[in-house]
Amino acid sequence: MTSAAPPAGGTRWLDNRNVLGALFMLPAAVLLLAFLTYPLGLGVWLGFTDTKIGRPGEWVGFENYEFLWGDSVTRLALFNTLFYTLVASIFKFGLGLWLALLLNKHLPFKAFIRAIVLLPFIVPTALSAIAFWWIYDAQFSVISWVLTKAGLIDRYIDFLGDPWNARFSTIAANIWRGVPFVAICLLAGLQTISPSYYEAASLDGATPWQQFRYVTLPLLTPIIAVVMTFSVLFTFTDFQLIYVLTRGGPLNATHLMATLSFQRAIPGGSLGEGAALAVAMVPFLLAAILFSYFGLQRRRWQQGGGDA
Amino acid sequence: MSATNPPPAGEAAAAARIAESAAPAARSGDDVQGMRYLESRTRRLVTLYLPLGAFLFVLLFPFYWMAITTFKPNAELISREGNPFLVLDPTLAHLRKLLFDTAYPEWLWNTMLVAVTSTFLSIACSVLAAYAIERLRFRGSRYVGMSIFLAYLVPPSILFIPLAAVIQKLGLFDTRLALICTYPTFLIPFCTWLLMGYFRSIPFELEECALVDGASRWQILSRIILPLAVPGLISAGIFAFTLSWNEFIYALTFISSSEVKTVPVGVITELVEGDVYHWGSLMAGALMGSLPVAILYSFFVEYYVSGLTGAVKE
Repeated sequence: MTSAAPPAGGTRWLDNRNVLGALFMLPAAVLLLAFLTYPLGLGVWLGFTDTKIGRPGEWVGFENYEFLWGDSVTRLALFNTLFYTLVASIFKFGLGLWLALLLNKHLPFKAFIRAIVLLPFIVPTALSAIAFWWIYDAQFSVISWVLTKAGLIDRYIDFLGDPWNARFSTIAANIWRGVPFVAICLLAGLQTISPSYYEAASLDGATPWQQFRYVTLPLLTPIIAVVMTFSVLFTFTDFQLIYVLTRGGPLNATHLMATLSFQRAIPGGSLGEGAALAVAMVPFLLAAILFSYFGLQRRRWQQGGGDA
Repeated sequence: MSATNPPPAGEAAAAARIAESAAPAARSGDDVQGMRYLESRTRRLVTLYLPLGAFLFVLLFPFYWMAITTFKPNAELISREGNPFLVLDPTLAHLRKLLFDTAYPEWLWNTMLVAVTSTFLSIACSVLAAYAIERLRFRGSRYVGMSIFLAYLVPPSILFIPLAAVIQKLGLFDTRLALICTYPTFLIPFCTWLLMGYFRSIPFELEECALVDGASRWQILSRIILPLAVPGLISAGIFAFTLSWNEFIYALTFISSSEVKTVPVGVITELVEGDVYHWGSLMAGALMGSLPVAILYSFFVEYYVSGLTGAVKE
């Protein structure tokens, strides 16, 4: 926060600052209340009804949730979502941090390399997912072609046709898209670390590993917490990639909460059930946000409280 | 804090150089100078250039694959002979099919229209909101700022079902207006949050002087704050544009007629016909749909990166 307080009094505009503030907030507030807050509440309500497309529903209490709790597909989707989020996030963090450290070194064409690294994050996921769809094709996959020529496999891999293959293939595509985001954000964090720390550490005879472990990592922890929370949120609620690559198949092995909720609500027509599935994601998101909150708190005291 | 201006690259490079020079000094104290130089060259190759090369290869390969598939004739696409990394007989047939036999140009136009409109709408709303929260300091502005941040964390995949009901009720179903109205729900929180950071870095004294001279708040915003916040506006604009260009789930849910679809949805729902995949035109569609954002991004990389990292670091 800036320490200087806004000037009090003086002109007539300032006398009704609250009125003017409300006026300035109005356009944003109208849009957000109508298309964010209201639907959010409506979603919770829909989850307690048996609404179908084209038919208003009746209050059914926790029936949807009871049904979903006993539904094996929902359980599988929850497992898939947690597995997908966990594995993808670990790899995104590891690879992202590694890439950030590489990009932080003295390199020729540094700005150019940094710019193209972010490309996977820029282009529409649905469109890059199509490229992965073709790369994972059961008959003409280029990965299978290379592995066959190298003599490592003798049959083409069915990337998206086998449950576990499909899980790992979609996770790989998700990692591909997420690593640039993590790397570029962490790189920004690395660049704020003053070189004098490394100078001091190297004078004290610290090895590169020790410098990383005792200088880089502690100073980077707060931003890691925030970046990874965002990353976890995006991954947990992912929809596009799965929808394009597998539509949840084979045998629901790659259905995530979001894709299952879409399938039940829009093609399936059970808005109530779909909404309940979406609401069921909220506790997990809240957990991630609380994690982020404590990450931010920690950052504040580390920097002496003067920075927000 | 102005998280928006990364420190000069030289500083980071200096840090890296220090970190590197520390290594051989600590390990091989009595080596001859030349040996040490050679060792650090190979070390650099193994620890820096090889992994970086591998990263770049993997990150860029899908784009290469998209591009090369676009120009490959069907016979080469479904052949396992020959080298799939090269095109022997490039063709424009897939592009021609995409542009003249499908509604692709319309989808491009729709996407452009929706992205530009919702971006401008969101920026306008966000400028006012951010100024009010950050500078007018009306009663409760702190809480409004917090809720804007929380709104940013609400993912579209838990909103699309009730939003579909709202859109239906408003009679906007299957129109571009449905998208223009709903995209700001994720654009405004982001842009407001970003602009709040920019406005915060503008000194209060400028505003005080203008107030003393009798300027109205509106004049202050339009004549003083906005010109100073142009980099922030560009960051927010680029970011909002790419976010709306890439949006998928709302467009998939709210739109059903081909002539109002956006590129990502159109390519997924209309170019995939049954079990026969027209890989060439699918890839052409993906390539053409990615190019506009990629080109725009290439002009404003720094703004985009500062927007991305600024929003995360705030």
